[in-house]
Amino acid sequence: MSIKTPMNRVLGLGSAKSGTEHWWAQRISSVALVPLTILFLFPFLSALGGGYEAVRAAYASPFNALVAILFIAVNFLHLQQGLQVVIEDYVHEKRSRTVMMFCNTLLCGLLGAAGVFAIAKLSFGA
Amino acid sequence: MVEFTLPKNSRIVQGKTWPKPSDGKKVKAFKIYRWDPDTKANPRVDTYYVDLSKCGPMVLDAILYIKNEIDPPLTFRRSCREGICGSCAMNIDGANTLACTKGLDEISGAVRIYPLPHMPVVKDLVPDLTHFYAQHASIQPWLETRTPAPEKEWRQSVDDRKKMDGLYECILCASCSTSCPSYWWNGDRYLGPAALLQAYRWLIDSRDEATGERLDHLEDPFRLYRCHTIMNCSKTCPKGLNPAKAIAEIKKMMIERRV
Repeated sequence: MSIKTPMNRVLGLGSAKSGTEHWWAQRISSVALVPLTILFLFPFLSALGGGYEAVRAAYASPFNALVAILFIAVNFLHLQQGLQVVIEDYVHEKRSRTVMMFCNTLLCGLLGAAGVFAIAKLSFGA
Repeated sequence: MVEFTLPKNSRIVQGKTWPKPSDGKKVKAFKIYRWDPDTKANPRVDTYYVDLSKCGPMVLDAILYIKNEIDPPLTFRRSCREGICGSCAMNIDGANTLACTKGLDEISGAVRIYPLPHMPVVKDLVPDLTHFYAQHASIQPWLETRTPAPEKEWRQSVDDRKKMDGLYECILCASCSTSCPSYWWNGDRYLGPAALLQAYRWLIDSRDEATGERLDHLEDPFRLYRCHTIMNCSKTCPKGLNPAKAIAEIKKMMIERRV
């Protein structure tokens, strides 16, 4: 129970003076993913089922490797930002919201880094 | 988390069915949400039958007939009966609109009438709009200037005046905001389509000199960026306005001032 004026409730802690970068980055990454997905799929699908050597050969090309790395990095950035919006929309309890935000960033960062590392390792041929 | 079921005391139960006129020529059924704060009872949906040959052509005419002739305690807001005051906004036939401009001939079958969705109910069809009005006040819906007021009026070109068409007509009936899922889930912090359309009306007013401060006030992940272009607002607006476009224009202004 708390007595506050309606205006006080609306103003709350004030404007965060942010959100535009996040919103704009989501638009940019989604547009970037259109050509990246197409360029990623060509070598990926042709190497699919060809065994380890065929995949290595496909990603020995710097262009294919670079596209794959960008595809994975931008994808996981986009995923992290999108999931953050979903969490902000639907999870209202402060503690679970913080935990879910943390897990989201951690998981997307880990998976993205693992993907980028895998392509680099494949491309440089360890 | 988002609640998918209503709290126990908000669940709607079977209501009363009022007698059907035996001699009616054009009888239409009305299923209307009822809740009385003075009793401990759950909300219910009462069924009424109205002979349309005895009342006017709009939904508001029918509920006025019900209040006058059948069930006087039925509570709702109404004033101008011509779509300019915004008092009689309610959920009719599954969509938020003004009872006074919604024709009975537009609805097939029983007419289902509920209060505006996801608002605290004061009684029957009357929602509590305190927070909604405070949100409107928070965007400072008045002219802000630094230049001393001119002797006569603040001048505005015809072209600049035209930019406010489709915005100044908003009557703040709350149909759009209460149709928006983002407003349902985060209405405490998200300003909602109505307040944002009003904010844009002042942002593009060529006479206003507080554009930057207005944008600062809105630049917030919740106040503005909860809009996910669901478009319910533009679909439901009984005045045919487009709040979703106004919000998109605000987002464009946010980008414009930093690139």
